[in-house]
Amino acid sequence: MPEVTTAHYIFLSTALFTIGTIGVLTRRNVVIILMSIELILNAVNINLVAFSKQLLSINGQAFAVFIIVDAAAEAAVGLGIIIALFRNKETINADEIDLMKW
Amino acid sequence: MNVLPGFFFYLLSAIILGGAILTITRRNAVHSAIWLIVTLLGVAGIYLNQHAEFLAAVQVLVYIGGIMVLFLFVIMLVNLDEAAKQRQFNHQWTIAVGCALALMAELAYFIVKGRESFRFGDTGTGTLNPDAAVIEFLKSCRDIPGLGPGGFLQPNTELIACALYRDYLLPFEIASVLLLVAIVGAVVMAKKEI
Repeated sequence: MPEVTTAHYIFLSTALFTIGTIGVLTRRNVVIILMSIELILNAVNINLVAFSKQLLSINGQAFAVFIIVDAAAEAAVGLGIIIALFRNKETINADEIDLMKW
Repeated sequence: MNVLPGFFFYLLSAIILGGAILTITRRNAVHSAIWLIVTLLGVAGIYLNQHAEFLAAVQVLVYIGGIMVLFLFVIMLVNLDEAAKQRQFNHQWTIAVGCALALMAELAYFIVKGRESFRFGDTGTGTLNPDAAVIEFLKSCRDIPGLGPGGFLQPNTELIACALYRDYLLPFEIASVLLLVAIVGAVVMAKKEI
């Protein structure tokens, strides 16, 4: 079995990023769209940690901590928006939320 | 050659990608959340495989313990029983899959163009035997960013602490303000009458 290199981690991250993008673009359920965004952020984190290991610099892992903070903030605000939307429109389907369309 | 890191890499990759695909295809949102938890645990294992122990712990604590519980609470609040019976994918899903494939081709092009920046050969190899130099290093805490004496960016937590609290002190404080704004925003959004 060949040794695991940075390239392996980059291919894994690319695949995870693409799966997350497909989830964001195709699902109707807003909660699952938010989950797909979490998948995308995790793909970015895998890349950061892989390059941190290759370059032997801790800065990549410090930035991964910042991205986790961002993910937490985004999830809190996004889920608050979903609750407000559900209270007003009684739906959580992304294509039925067209309040700003004319 | 040590084969165990390679074996765990492929095992964890299968868990991550399988969990991610199941996350975006399940009909029931609770099942999606459970599969997302499996994926996040796999990513934590990938961090451990790369000797990033602190990030693995943070992943389990913050993502699985915090964010996923928040997701499950919201799934319980917005009653999804009728949503599970409806159509799950929107009408533009063929265009969306086409866009995602174009994105994948673009990423593959970037990887091919930028392959000089990452090694296909051996990654940073080193030994994992801390000695007196590590203690000396921690006392000074001055050679960061860079390589600890242990080799694999060890001791991991101490190095991240030095990076966060010294080199990235201002971004750290800005991140705390961001979290405060997020808390206030979430309360304002979710409250009935302000």
